[in-house]
Amino acid sequence: MAASLHIAGIRKVYGKGDKAVEVLKKIEIDVAPGEFLILVGPSGCGKSTLLNIIAGLEEPTEGELRINGKDVIGVAPAQRDIAMVFQSYALYPTMSVADNIGFALEMRKVPKDVRTKRIHEVAGMLQIEHLLDRRPAQLSGGQRQRVAMGRALARDPQLFLFDEPLSNLDAKLRVEMRAEIKRLHHLSGITSVYVTHDQIEAMTLGSRIAVMKDGILQQIGTPDDIYRRPANTYVAGFIGSPNMNFIPGKIETAGENGKFVFLGGSLDIVCPDAKEVTLGQRPEHIHIDPNAPWRGEVVLVEPTGADTYVVVKTSVGLMTVRVAPNSIMKVGEQTGLTVSSRHNNWFNAQTGVRLV
Amino acid sequence: MPYESLHMKSLENIIPKLVIAPGFVLGFAFIYGFMIWNGVLSMTGSRMLPNYDEFVGLEQYVNLWDMDRWYVALKNLGLFSVLYVGGSMALGMGIAIFLDQKVRFEGVLRTIYLYPMALSFIVTGTAWKWILNPSLGLEKLMHDLGWASFHFDWLVQSDTAIYCVVIAGIWQSAGFAMALSLAGLRGIDDSIIKAAQIDGASLPLIYWRIILPILRPVVFSTVLVLSHLSIKSFDLVMALTAGGPGYATDVPATFMYVMSFTRGQIGLGAASATMMLATVAAIVVPYLYSELRAKPHDR
Amino acid sequence: MNAKHLPRVLIYGVLLIAAFFFLAPLYVMLATSFKDADQIRSGNLLSLPTSLNFESWALAWSSACTGVDCRGLKPYFVNSVIMAVPAVLISTAWGAINGYVLSMWKFKGSEVLFGFMLFGVFMPFQVVLLPMSQVLGFFGLSSSLGGLILVHCIAGLAGTTLFFRNYYTAIPKELVNAARIDGAGFWRIFYRIVVPMSTPILMVTLIWQFTNIWNDFLFGVAFSGADSKPITVGLNNMANTSSSVKSYNVDMAAAVIAGLPTMLVYVLAGQYFVKGLTAGAVKG
Repeated sequence: MAASLHIAGIRKVYGKGDKAVEVLKKIEIDVAPGEFLILVGPSGCGKSTLLNIIAGLEEPTEGELRINGKDVIGVAPAQRDIAMVFQSYALYPTMSVADNIGFALEMRKVPKDVRTKRIHEVAGMLQIEHLLDRRPAQLSGGQRQRVAMGRALARDPQLFLFDEPLSNLDAKLRVEMRAEIKRLHHLSGITSVYVTHDQIEAMTLGSRIAVMKDGILQQIGTPDDIYRRPANTYVAGFIGSPNMNFIPGKIETAGENGKFVFLGGSLDIVCPDAKEVTLGQRPEHIHIDPNAPWRGEVVLVEPTGADTYVVVKTSVGLMTVRVAPNSIMKVGEQTGLTVSSRHNNWFNAQTGVRLV
Repeated sequence: MPYESLHMKSLENIIPKLVIAPGFVLGFAFIYGFMIWNGVLSMTGSRMLPNYDEFVGLEQYVNLWDMDRWYVALKNLGLFSVLYVGGSMALGMGIAIFLDQKVRFEGVLRTIYLYPMALSFIVTGTAWKWILNPSLGLEKLMHDLGWASFHFDWLVQSDTAIYCVVIAGIWQSAGFAMALSLAGLRGIDDSIIKAAQIDGASLPLIYWRIILPILRPVVFSTVLVLSHLSIKSFDLVMALTAGGPGYATDVPATFMYVMSFTRGQIGLGAASATMMLATVAAIVVPYLYSELRAKPHDR
Repeated sequence: MNAKHLPRVLIYGVLLIAAFFFLAPLYVMLATSFKDADQIRSGNLLSLPTSLNFESWALAWSSACTGVDCRGLKPYFVNSVIMAVPAVLISTAWGAINGYVLSMWKFKGSEVLFGFMLFGVFMPFQVVLLPMSQVLGFFGLSSSLGGLILVHCIAGLAGTTLFFRNYYTAIPKELVNAARIDGAGFWRIFYRIVVPMSTPILMVTLIWQFTNIWNDFLFGVAFSGADSKPITVGLNNMANTSSSVKSYNVDMAAAVIAGLPTMLVYVLAGQYFVKGLTAGAVKG
């Protein structure tokens, strides 16, 4: 039973007069039934506030919110048929795992035998059947996470909300749980909205990603869209690790045989029709070419096992370049850089908005 | 279209307000309502019974400040407060410092020092009344122990009776000061002491220059609570001396009670109560204000 | 370092002397209560009773005079119980509910109102005596135990609310949010989730309230009538009667009886008592 989610013109303002803070500025998002939407952005961008508004834990100052077509503004959380997994799990400390999972069903007066059956079903899905009689305090972080998910799953809600659920886990567990969440979504097909600040989580988990900053939706699209065609320099710099390289400069000649000029060099590549621009290139799309006219000095070599990243200092800034793991580049070496005509991201130098 | 002002408040919003309303209403009526009511009474000429027809303005206050007995009460309050708070603080903190030295039986000792706080001031007063009994109490004990010239009739002498109240009060409350001081001492990081010891400071110096200054907040809150207790010191005085001999050990609290309930001077009693309130407010309100301001307001 | 030994002796010496100072009055109370009139006259405060004379205890309990009444402390003990039990339970429960609202269901102005209510913890009760008498009279509750219970409930409200509110503030709000999403409403969250987590603060508040209410004298003497005096008033009357023969042994026995309930609570649950004291002073 998956619902659609319609968010239109949502604004949230805290405080009054000149102390007013606009935390959300006219957010528009449509989530299709069964979709897994990620809300990603830095702290303070408003993603958690938006999630709380969807949940009904907070009311928006303005805007429309529909779950499965039904207007839910002013409707209490309990009536929205949603389930939420919290960053700190928020398990009821004095109740057993089984009671925690079954609590919402108990609130809805589901008969005890039906409840027990469902609890075992869910516990089985999450492999925590052996923990049903324990108290939250007796569980490890990963186990508590599973119980929190179990509590949400048991409800079979129309909408699943996740508030940075993996932030408190160590790296290895995080990877494990990410796969788990993906698997469960595949099994249940419930529409999900997932908040995180971790862009790797965003890229691996979501069917669509919504990047937020300062209460404004920067871009919404599939991971591929966001990665290959970021809508502005912020999204471009936020998604992808290591970060995209930015080269500010001027387009001398536009077109197929274009020329892009910047401090310390120039590039003969296809250029759009614009003047002051910033060119964005991911580390894998910049190449080391000892004979290229654009010169620089290697300042850092970072082997990460599968790849090696070389940081080259040029007149226009530091450029991170991905090279083969067995590369023999050394710090201090003088070398050159080239860029292909494909995979170029052109942004307006003032606004940072993508051109073309 | 702004929703927060237009939409119907859900049950979730209304129930908490309904639930706390009686508490707020009754609490406010009790505190501020009665305060004002008492103030009104203090401006009437009420004697045996409240009489709202006889409005006399501030005359009761003038009468109050004209009475020798009121001055005695104020002087006693001042004397008692300073000695009671200071004595309890000094004794309590002193004991705490010694207790903090990793002694055995600490738990038992703590229980012993603190149990008087569990007693009513009436019980304390009754017991100490016997202990300080002029003929059969402390004096006789000292005589029997060989100190024949010991003379202790403080309880029945006008100028020394108040000190008996102080002694009984300190006995009751020093344990409280001890408990708070001990908690404060325990909260101090050991490494600071160790650093000072390596630097060559002697133990007394460490206490005086390092530990006690760190304990300032603890001292402050203890003094605050003890001062509050001393202003209320009705029970202890009633049990130990009943305000006597005569009215030598009267304090504003006993003064107020006697005037209002025994002497049939309700207007005057109300005025004295207002004075007590003003004294407490002068200390407490700035403190409360600073405490509540310091905390950030969550939404 | 032989300087190390001296301090140890000094430390224990000081602590033992202090212990003596605090225990002596208790000993004196007990010892005196077991002496007969002759022993009191001939012996002194610290002398042991020559035999365990229970007569003063019987007198204190059932036939000593407190003013015109000569029924001992028993009726006053009963009064105190009837007054204290409901007052303690009601003021604690009410404080818990208020604290719950003020920490987890805050609304506009709730913090400010609470700040104002805090003054009730500090204010001298002298200022409410006269108006309260009038109110009690108006409701026909003056000189009655019901009236006393009412006064203690309202007077204790600010304190109990403070205790619970401070305790509940430490419970993460996400817990309440999770329960709201699960479908639990205001009351269900309270008794299914919050109350089970409240055991420590409940103990502290119950003990704190019981000690204060049982030991109270001011409200007891101002608002009680002939049949509703609590034990503190009874004891004070007994010890201060101006009858010709002063029976100190009976007075002491009476004092012990009056002090026993709170002392027992202290001995059995002392750690909660101390927590209540320190919580009350370290307000935050």
